[in-house]
Amino acid sequence: MPSVCFYFQVHQPERLRHYTVFDNNHHYFDDHKNSTICRKVANKCYLPANRLLLDIIRRFEGRFKIAYSITGVLLEQLLEYSPEVMSTFDALARTGCVEFLAETYYHSLSFLYSREEFIEQINKHSETINYYFGQTPRVFRNTELIYNNDLACLIESMDKFDAIITEGADHVLGFRSPNFLYRPKGCNKLKLLLKNYSLSDDIAFRFSNRGWTQWPLTAEKFANWIHNVNGNGNVVNLFMDYETFGEHQWEDTGIFDFMRHLPEEILKHPDNNFKTPTEVAQSYDVFDTVDVPHIISWADTERDLSAWLGNAMQSNAIHELYRLEKKIRQTNDEKIISDWRKLQVSDHFYYMCTKYFADGDVHKYFNPYDSPYDSYINFMNVLDSLHSRCSEQIDGGKLRSASKQDAKNYIRGVKPQGKNPPDLLPADQAV
Amino acid sequence: MRIFMLGWEFPPYISGGLGTACYGLTRAMSQLGMKITFVLPKMVEGEYTSHVKLLCPGSQKTTFSSTFGELKNVKFHSINSPLQPYTTSDIYEKQIEETLRKKYEIHSRNVSSASQFVSSIDYSCDMYTEVHRYAAIAAELAEFENYNFDLVHAHDWMTYPAGIAVSSISGKPLVVHVHSTEFDRSGENVNQMIYDIERQGMERASKIIAVSHFTRNIIISRYGIPGDKVEVVYNGVERNGNWSNLMETGISKDEKIVLFLGRITMQKGPEYFLHAAKKVLEVMENVKFVMAGSGDLMHRSIELAAELGIGQKVLFTGFLRGEDVHKIYKLADLYVMPSVSEPFGIAPLEALDNDVPVIISKQSGVSEVLMHALKVDFWDVNEIANKIIAVLKYPPLQMTLKSHGNFEVRKLRWKDSAAKCAKIYEDMLLPV
Repeated sequence: MPSVCFYFQVHQPERLRHYTVFDNNHHYFDDHKNSTICRKVANKCYLPANRLLLDIIRRFEGRFKIAYSITGVLLEQLLEYSPEVMSTFDALARTGCVEFLAETYYHSLSFLYSREEFIEQINKHSETINYYFGQTPRVFRNTELIYNNDLACLIESMDKFDAIITEGADHVLGFRSPNFLYRPKGCNKLKLLLKNYSLSDDIAFRFSNRGWTQWPLTAEKFANWIHNVNGNGNVVNLFMDYETFGEHQWEDTGIFDFMRHLPEEILKHPDNNFKTPTEVAQSYDVFDTVDVPHIISWADTERDLSAWLGNAMQSNAIHELYRLEKKIRQTNDEKIISDWRKLQVSDHFYYMCTKYFADGDVHKYFNPYDSPYDSYINFMNVLDSLHSRCSEQIDGGKLRSASKQDAKNYIRGVKPQGKNPPDLLPADQAV
Repeated sequence: MRIFMLGWEFPPYISGGLGTACYGLTRAMSQLGMKITFVLPKMVEGEYTSHVKLLCPGSQKTTFSSTFGELKNVKFHSINSPLQPYTTSDIYEKQIEETLRKKYEIHSRNVSSASQFVSSIDYSCDMYTEVHRYAAIAAELAEFENYNFDLVHAHDWMTYPAGIAVSSISGKPLVVHVHSTEFDRSGENVNQMIYDIERQGMERASKIIAVSHFTRNIIISRYGIPGDKVEVVYNGVERNGNWSNLMETGISKDEKIVLFLGRITMQKGPEYFLHAAKKVLEVMENVKFVMAGSGDLMHRSIELAAELGIGQKVLFTGFLRGEDVHKIYKLADLYVMPSVSEPFGIAPLEALDNDVPVIISKQSGVSEVLMHALKVDFWDVNEIANKIIAVLKYPPLQMTLKSHGNFEVRKLRWKDSAAKCAKIYEDMLLPV
């Protein structure tokens, strides 16, 4: 009966430094700002939340399960700025109750612009997850849950995944409930897990809103809502940003305490349990086919692409970026390729959004720019510089192939040393 | 509500934002039904046209009255005086000499009509005395009007003594409207006398209206005025919407044009504009920089452009009025306002109204209200150049700034400023 499926999105971009048209330095990223933000989020969110969840998992001895999707861009930053967070994720991985999902390494919109790049980024991500956490992901989620029928077919054709995740948008479901599994249209084997946005957003957005009719939200109250699904659904998919715990909802709202008590409240009812996405896909059959011809996402009220591509600046910037792909690959230069990929992170385009610009809102959180125009100018200056670097490089070498060996070397400064990361080895074995 | 307003020349006979602001505000107030007696200084050469009506035959022919068609609730009085906004002491004295010389010429040419003139000098030789003489005449005028008004509203420092005088003699409360302060105009080298007049005006007023929070902060911190006495009423922009009827200018445009439009004086940062221009020209070739306006730094700016080696890329148009202003906006790709200290700044709003994207200084009042504009620190020449190049190089940026900016400007209406003033008046007039 209804299994609760938690999945947490964990991501931070690498932000650009202030880059004018007169700059020609090849270092585009603001290390100071990125490291500060990374450490801040680690202290307010990742570390306390990981420790809390680890504690709960151990207490419930296998009955409490969760899933994460961590982007490659964040993993690189954690390794450099907050390696202790990696230790906690590793401990979580070893409990056997935590599943890691697949996504694009660079949290990009490459699905919309370059299928080749898209597939390479997914492969790179899976290899990285496997390297650090010893799991090969079997469930896929695209950046910001961007999804349509084509995506599902492409993922199915890769023959690596059992299920795919997206938003349970009303205009796609109609009268149907997101609490069941569905088949994407055009697919035969892939299963579709849909976010229950109402219950997810109760925790992620409304939790601390005193104007909300249901404030304060206690674990008991929420568990009752879950129990109300009994008999009327197979799964309740609670998908949210991990920063809900400590950043979007600060500690003093009681969010950690809520989470601490939630599992036991939910498990009070014998029909409820917790499952990871893979277990959900294995346990339940599909209910119906869902047709999504046009792209949906989990962003803003529109649940579409307008947050990243809604204005002329955004679409221009992203077009110019992907237009460079061929030239970038031809350089065969690792640094240039890496820089180009880090520019694909969807946040850069999110910062250029002019929707609701006059009202301060969630777009502004961690936005390093005063205005969307500044972010566009900065991005284009960097892109220009990258373009010049490409033109300078005349290298007709063969295309880099994303072999397993190469994937490990992309990870900054890490030498492959077998399965155990050096920082967790006992001191006498560490190199 | 009836208001005795001490203001300045209306467009098109203006020298800067002050006249535009007076006109916009008065018009909107008139449309809201407020009755305004509008007093302004006018230089009378004795050859005035017939539509003015002599008000007080008994006195020294110092005042004339008239009405404009579209401002139904406004009655105008002009006081014979050479006072102009933005004048400094030196300019004033030079002006007086000029006037006297001309009068002497006319006098010696038309002996028969010499009797039209009052023989003695009507106005004082120095600016400060003139300001106080003006005040005395304004008080007389108020008395002549039987104090038929509820309050007095004075725009900028030259009218403050007049405001104080009228307020004292009539017993009605005074509102001073601060469009600029001596710190904006002269940086740290403030003129003590002007500062004293400004301060006195602020202290004697019942309420002070500032055009931005930027200015309000200066009033509180530099003039020692308590915060609850100062209100902020933003300026608006006059939208006529006739621009599409303009003829094509006949100048073919294969070059980008970056526009500076305003008085060429220290406050407006012309040298920062030129230094930024130089940086831009190092990277882009087909750009021309146009400085439209005149002022005390105009010659120095022409020299600076030559010194920087960009003389042939910088054009000076002199002061532009009326249709010419719209023509130049039509030609421009970008408007830059690198003001050192700008209490508000109506020009960027006009630019956006004309579909020109703007770069504005963060040290300005208008940056508090505009979101869809590029903002820079006035001294950051590198960043100004960076942003200019970006706008000229990337059409999507220009397009988005234009369309969003134009849309944003529509909500900055004089109607709202007038309504806010009305509310301030009401609060003032409430019995305590």
